[in-house]
Amino acid sequence: MTTTSVLSYAIDLVAVLLLALGLKGLSKVRSARAANGLAALAMGLAVVGLLLQQQLSPQAWLWIAAGSAIGGLAGLLMAQRVPMTAMPETVALFNGCGGMASLLVAVAVALFQSGGAAAADGAAAQGAGDLVSLISIVISVFVGAITFSGSIVAMGKLQGWIETPGWTQSQLRHGVNISLAAMALVAGVLLIGDPSGLPLWLLVGASTLLGIGVTLPIGGADMPVVISLLNSYSGVAAAAAGFVVGSQLLIVAGAMVGAAGLILTQVMCTAMNRSLVSVLFGGALGAAGGGHVGGGGDEAGYSRITSCSAEECAMALETAERVVFVPGYGLAVAQAQHTLRELAKLLEANGAEVSYAIHPVAGRMPGHMNVLLAEADVPYEQLIEMDSINPEFPRTDVVIVLGANDVVNPDAKSDPTSPLFGMPVLEVDQARQVFVVKRSLGAGYAGIKNALFELPQTAMVFGDAKAVLAGLVSELRELGVGKKTPAAV
Amino acid sequence: MSSFSQALWVLLLGGLLGFELIGKVPPTLHTPLMSGANAISGITVLASLTLIAQADGNPALLVLGAASLAFALFNVIGGFVVTDRMLAMFGPKSSSRKPSSSQP
Repeated sequence: MTTTSVLSYAIDLVAVLLLALGLKGLSKVRSARAANGLAALAMGLAVVGLLLQQQLSPQAWLWIAAGSAIGGLAGLLMAQRVPMTAMPETVALFNGCGGMASLLVAVAVALFQSGGAAAADGAAAQGAGDLVSLISIVISVFVGAITFSGSIVAMGKLQGWIETPGWTQSQLRHGVNISLAAMALVAGVLLIGDPSGLPLWLLVGASTLLGIGVTLPIGGADMPVVISLLNSYSGVAAAAAGFVVGSQLLIVAGAMVGAAGLILTQVMCTAMNRSLVSVLFGGALGAAGGGHVGGGGDEAGYSRITSCSAEECAMALETAERVVFVPGYGLAVAQAQHTLRELAKLLEANGAEVSYAIHPVAGRMPGHMNVLLAEADVPYEQLIEMDSINPEFPRTDVVIVLGANDVVNPDAKSDPTSPLFGMPVLEVDQARQVFVVKRSLGAGYAGIKNALFELPQTAMVFGDAKAVLAGLVSELRELGVGKKTPAAV
Repeated sequence: MSSFSQALWVLLLGGLLGFELIGKVPPTLHTPLMSGANAISGITVLASLTLIAQADGNPALLVLGAASLAFALFNVIGGFVVTDRMLAMFGPKSSSRKPSSSQP
């Protein structure tokens, strides 16, 4: 053992330790930011350790520099420019690229040096090592391709580029997916006999299609869970790539992220009251349900709707002492969080107590709404989680629902036939007056009719969340709100 | 890798560690944690670098290695930066930190 190899082993150990600490720290609010830096440092250390271990030719350095420059710059630019509202699809894109990286490594090794990489480290037991590295290649290609195509489909759905095609809601899709999985399995077995031939491409193709086939039928509301699961897969793909190139650090980090991603997926499912199995195989929520479906977004399903103007809403707000905002997906889409903060400041100046009810899955991904409101400088203490705010609704004067829908549907508590039944919701129907700001009466993300809209205390304010909020701000200013007690600001 | 069984132990223990590391996560952190874990899963850079290092002058391997390195680094750098941007807003005094975050 030379000094360099001892040094690089030490670096590897420190890197694993820091990665573990980073991952742990990321799950606590206070330590999260430092932990993220720690994990990034660990990653840098791991790369340095690896570069120390390998004797690199000038040519290799050149290619490393080229790959790093392109990928690194693109990542940096994208990460700095993307708006906070587009976070879910950004994570999906990054994740897909991670899967693609594992896929490319495995394909390259299969094509040009199957079995050679493990042997290059010297000590690998040759006979078994060969089979092991071939199996690792199969797993790495399979999981990597699913991660890539699944993430890209998830991104496309979140961006609204891809709709859910009707045929994917029929039982036919299970047949298609099972055939694709079987094809991938056969190709994987054949690949062990012929690593660089046709089976490899068959495996790549079948796995890619399987990733699409599995993700496409899932509705937009469940997409965060899918991204989290695909994130876990990309950890598995990294661990498999670790077996392929013979890197223990890669194996341990991949396994760690894979397992942690699985736990996070489970936590998210619990927050949404969905089981992982029904997310993955149940199709889009509501689309396959019974008579409860709101007719695919048309307005015919509703009667007894009261609609009102921003002016009436502003008058109710002027006299309200306790106001709760329920921000949702629509707010994120309209980028209205800053206008919302402005309105809240105005109400506070008027002496009202303002808080924000945050459903665990508000926004487009669990925790996404907290990010958006933090960006608009909303004080952290005003963001109240569902369990704490639900008992407060009966003594709330005005609730304004901003582009949220399914998370305030009272059917989830009272109607056992509703597809949402059992999902924890914000009990805004308990409040004295409810205004729902919504673009139209179209069904929510999950495509389910909302009984809240027909309640006598509910009034709909139709329009884009940002425009309505801006209207409310100017109406309130005209009513003289905010000028009366400027000292209270 | 000194032996296959050793690598399996590493896999097993790494997996167990991952299960234990994340217990209760406040909903606030689901998105940043997912994004951070996603950045860590870009650790595949190590595989890409190994591939390039052991390419032995084979141009196809170099190209594939560099391509996979670019994808992996896109994942890593993008992931960490985006996570930092999100977490910067959760600071105890978010208003004082405001200038450091990249606000358009």
